Amino acid sequence: MSLDISFIGVLIGSIMASSVPLILAASGELITERSGVLNLGVEGMMIIGAISGFALMVITDNLFIAIIGSMLSGVIISLIFGFLTQSLLTNHVATGLALTIFGIGLSAMLGKNFVGIPGKDFPILFSSLRESIPFFGPILFGHSIVLYFAFALPFLTNYFLKKTKLGLVVRAVGDSPVSASNQGINVILVRYCCILYGGGMCGLAGAYLSLIYTPQWIENMTAGRGWIALALVVFATWSPIKVLIGAIIFGGISILQLHMQAVGFRIPVQFLIALPYLMTIIVLVVISRDSRKIKLNTPTSLGRIFYKEK
Amino acid sequence: MEDLLIKIEKRNDVPTTLYFFTPFIAIILTIIGGGIIFYTLGFNPIEALKFYFITPISNLYGFSELLLKATPLCLIAIGLSFCFKSNNWNIGAEGQLTFGAIVGGGVALLFYNQEGFYILPLIIIAGAIGGMIFALIPAILKTYFNTNEILVSLMLVYVSKLILDYLVVGPWSNPEGFNFPETRQFSDSARMPLLFEGLRIHAGIFIALAAVFVSWFVLYKTYLGFQIKVSGLSLKTAKYAGFKGKTMILIVFMISGACAGMAGVGEITGPIGQLHRMISPDYGFTAIIVAFLGRLNPFGIIFASLVVSLTYLGAETTQIFLQIPQYTGQVFQGMILFFLLASDYLLFFKIKFQNFNKNELRH
Repeated sequence: MSLDISFIGVLIGSIMASSVPLILAASGELITERSGVLNLGVEGMMIIGAISGFALMVITDNLFIAIIGSMLSGVIISLIFGFLTQSLLTNHVATGLALTIFGIGLSAMLGKNFVGIPGKDFPILFSSLRESIPFFGPILFGHSIVLYFAFALPFLTNYFLKKTKLGLVVRAVGDSPVSASNQGINVILVRYCCILYGGGMCGLAGAYLSLIYTPQWIENMTAGRGWIALALVVFATWSPIKVLIGAIIFGGISILQLHMQAVGFRIPVQFLIALPYLMTIIVLVVISRDSRKIKLNTPTSLGRIFYKEK
Repeated sequence: MEDLLIKIEKRNDVPTTLYFFTPFIAIILTIIGGGIIFYTLGFNPIEALKFYFITPISNLYGFSELLLKATPLCLIAIGLSFCFKSNNWNIGAEGQLTFGAIVGGGVALLFYNQEGFYILPLIIIAGAIGGMIFALIPAILKTYFNTNEILVSLMLVYVSKLILDYLVVGPWSNPEGFNFPETRQFSDSARMPLLFEGLRIHAGIFIALAAVFVSWFVLYKTYLGFQIKVSGLSLKTAKYAGFKGKTMILIVFMISGACAGMAGVGEITGPIGQLHRMISPDYGFTAIIVAFLGRLNPFGIIFASLVVSLTYLGAETTQIFLQIPQYTGQVFQGMILFFLLASDYLLFFKIKFQNFNKNELRH
């Protein structure tokens, strides 16, 4: 393996690109979970975003409409989850699972006529700078606008949760819906908004895959990334900045195993792919056994149904 | 002036008939929903639904396939019902199925060139133990480290599939298999006996039926079943009554893992006959829907497993006749669960339609 400086630059750039869908989906899910809602439908919302983005690109030939449309489709599909869990008070885990199963199926049905159609080049920014600056060029430049947005998102999310009044409202609803409700906050409305926001981000994450990362439509193309994003939120102990770090680690492993496969490395590839899952379990154990740590960031009422007598 | 007023009231107790009736509402709504989806895709909905729900079971072979696919679903769902009844969210049955198949398959490969009546029982026991061990991981982490079992059991699904992938590509791959990712064929003694000539339905169905009766007996006739149900209804009550909560978590996970492991063994020693990457079309996840649709009741689960099994078959026939991707099955499965969960609202809330006269309110 040639380990010169420019190769490492390109490698880091590709790790960043592979972590984008994880950052987007996990940041969205983080807000949802912070409001006390556990949505296991990330994978389903992502795949719906992927097919709607791609289909809209083919139909309208307009990438802007495709990106916005994918987010909207994520919002619409998450509305099913929101309606069931918030208005009909269904169990979060079962509803989320149904959403994932439904989403994967529906996307394949909708995408039937889009298999095999080549994608379109997505415009990349600062492509001249990418070539001219040796090491930092491929890292900092020549990416799509979605990547820059994704890398800014965890910081924006952090600011939103910690510094704004609305962020405080979201956290209050997630930690103690009863007291929040007594303070006059409409818990159900806040949770609806957080669910829809999460859906939108997952839709965008899916569109990143089908429009930018591997521009084409393949059935089941999210390939478990939604589940990793879910794991990532826990791995990051519900902290947006740690989501960014975790996504880069998880993205890095997926790129690294490709390169190790290529050079015939001795560790079985499957072990490397399993690492993120194993690491998530270990992190879960570490944070769960220490009740102080888990109390610090975990939304106390995560996954619990809130019902207010009228 | 007459006006319709809808009033929603919380019910004090859930009527049993309604409890078992709502799954039927969910199924009917799913069929209607499926018809609408077929219509929007440009198919004649009646014809498409006929291909989906009637054609697959219109002959003996189709009926055998229905039972073949219902077998693992029923077995896994029976195991899951123990977990769900006691409020333990084991959603990693797919992983336990895979690991059970790995351990059982390993034993089958040990005896690949031998025959003997003892081989198949050994494989089944090994599979059950494999699934049990794999289910014990989230159970132990939950009881001793307070770790969320939903996420751990889910993560382990991927780990088990990667272990299987590693084994069939690497150390266990067939030495005469031209590097295909699959193991040797199991010997005849390692295969589930077929029930009828020319049909794929195998003896594994008796394991599933036995599980149904045993689970009915344990849940409704023993002290353990009583403990499981009480701790599902209220953990505080269970603690107050002095039930050993931790031991019970371990027990329900072990039961559920063993069932999933045996379902995995049923697949590899039944229709498949070897280990390869795709040993289960997500039976472990779909069984969650089966468990809910069957209302966590052993006999309800038999019925639910047949309904959900039909969604797998229907997806295959519509793929052949209408060229719709096989993933349609998941659309129907997802819809069943959506509608079932939604109809649960009727269980907990009374919706009253009242006619009243607006003029009466004025004064």
